[in-house]
Amino acid sequence: MIRAHSLTIERTGRRLIDTVSLTLRPGEVTVVIGPNGAGKSTLMKALSGEIALTAGHVRYDGIDVSLLDPRKLAACRAVLPQASELAFPFSALEIVRMGAVARGALDPAAEARRALARVGLAGFEGRPYPSLSGGEQQRVQFARALAQVPNPEEGGRPRALFLDEPTASLDLGHQISVLEIAAGFARGGGAVLAILHDLNLAAEFADQVVVLSRGKVVAEGPAADTLSDTVVADVYGIAGAVGRMPAAHIPFVLPQSRHRASL
Amino acid sequence: MKSLTLPFHFGEDNGDRSRQGVIMLVVLTLLLVVACLISLGSGPTGADLGHLWLYLTGRSAELAVQERVVLEAVRLPRTALGVLVGAGLGVSGAMMQGLFRNPLADPGIVGVTSGAALFAVAGIVLGSTVLAPVSLLLGSHFLPLMAFLGGLLNTWVLYLIATRDGETSTSKLILSGIAVGALSLAAMGLLIFMAYDRQLRDITFWNLGSLGGATFTRVISILPFVVVVTGIIPFVARGLDALILGDAAAFHMGIPVQRLKRLVILAVAAACGATVAVAGSIGFVGIVVPHLLRLVIGPSHRFLLPGSAIGGAALLLIADSVARTIVSPAELPIGIITALFGAPVFLMLLLGRKGGAGMGGL
Repeated sequence: MIRAHSLTIERTGRRLIDTVSLTLRPGEVTVVIGPNGAGKSTLMKALSGEIALTAGHVRYDGIDVSLLDPRKLAACRAVLPQASELAFPFSALEIVRMGAVARGALDPAAEARRALARVGLAGFEGRPYPSLSGGEQQRVQFARALAQVPNPEEGGRPRALFLDEPTASLDLGHQISVLEIAAGFARGGGAVLAILHDLNLAAEFADQVVVLSRGKVVAEGPAADTLSDTVVADVYGIAGAVGRMPAAHIPFVLPQSRHRASL
Repeated sequence: MKSLTLPFHFGEDNGDRSRQGVIMLVVLTLLLVVACLISLGSGPTGADLGHLWLYLTGRSAELAVQERVVLEAVRLPRTALGVLVGAGLGVSGAMMQGLFRNPLADPGIVGVTSGAALFAVAGIVLGSTVLAPVSLLLGSHFLPLMAFLGGLLNTWVLYLIATRDGETSTSKLILSGIAVGALSLAAMGLLIFMAYDRQLRDITFWNLGSLGGATFTRVISILPFVVVVTGIIPFVARGLDALILGDAAAFHMGIPVQRLKRLVILAVAAACGATVAVAGSIGFVGIVVPHLLRLVIGPSHRFLLPGSAIGGAALLLIADSVARTIVSPAELPIGIITALFGAPVFLMLLLGRKGGAGMGGL
């Protein structure tokens, strides 16, 4: 279990994250939403142990994150970063293999192949990473994260997946598949934290939605409670956008122009 | 030539180039053995491969005294020095490119070599006065250590200037490298101005680069540096691979990023300093060898680093053999030979870099 308590991060005098408390429970998908600059990526960096905290603490199974060395952290959680460019032409397999090596896999190449197949990229092993499309690159990176934590839990200890905008450059079908894999990871007993911009995907896949605005949590809980007209209006400044699917009671958001809304 | 064409096939569908890596290391090792024989058997004086054969098979009694002396006192230390210097140049180039995430980063181009040369010259000029006690204490290791400090200083400064938030800008790196190099050369000019005639002769040697005047003392003076730097390859290879994906990604995969970077900076400076101290500034080996290797075995440092060491050694020995024989009995500075094939490769790299991906195919 990963628990953050009154987490605060300040950089150059600005408070990026303001006393945020958050628990990532095994078996749950936690989705962070919020406008640009709300501090979503910073929050994820703090939870993954990447940046130092100004105040508060982050604990992995009760152990403070600053006490865990990079190697131990790597065994607990894997991170999918936002898109990145490479100066050297690694093959897709070689990228994913690094994730398996980080885990200490006995046959990293075989595990890398398996991870690539999971994200639907079997047959892409030998392709140079720079020659792949943006969406394919993102799925290779996702496979790398999966290769690092292939099992949602090991020896009774849950693993965590941190996904920073995992659907950013994917087509509709692959957006769903990536989040289905993440949801499957949670069902297997792992913890998932994802930053999403698409509120409908958030509503569909989140067990817990955290709405972040200006570094503060403004709403938290199941999508049905958090994705309301008031929250969307407060955070994004667009009114009257949330509807309900009659059957499943899943909220859906149809963004409209502010001019139309004000009529 | 089957073993050379084979690797290109595997890469297409399976993506795992470990096999090419192993084959390449074997091929390079054989090449190095051949290069050693060529280096031992060529030169303006009498001893040739036939004599070498007699010598190696334990029949040195059949050789004339002159031939034996040439082999033992001239060729052997020169070849040994060539192996160490070439390995140092190759590894420091490959490590630096990994550290800066940039195939153009080479100690010679970004002014690290100049820093090492500056401190080596300072060692020569000040070694008899201000630094005399240190010089006496360290003996033959004094100059390599000075050059190491100079290389370390410039690498550190470069890293501070060109890298922001873990991202290295190519233009900043090359431009600040030129500035740092120019500054070092200016300071060196000042020292040369202060130098005596006898010291001047020693100093001129740094600008040309040469394996001439190789002795076993020099071989031993840089041996520890090269052994340590090649010895850390297994400990930094995985980290340098991960670092190519970015500082954050490397950290996520369990790499202690800051510690790794400090270690690599130390290693680059040590390898560079040691080679400069005994052979002057020899350019382009550190950029050509890793580049050619990446074309065949890919950028993974597991094979790139040892391959660069072995390949660098072989390349330098061959270049040195050419330098010694082409205008025999005179001798061409080896830096001319390495620049002749190195500069075009550098240009190719520069022109091929469109959109960050242009590094040639897999």
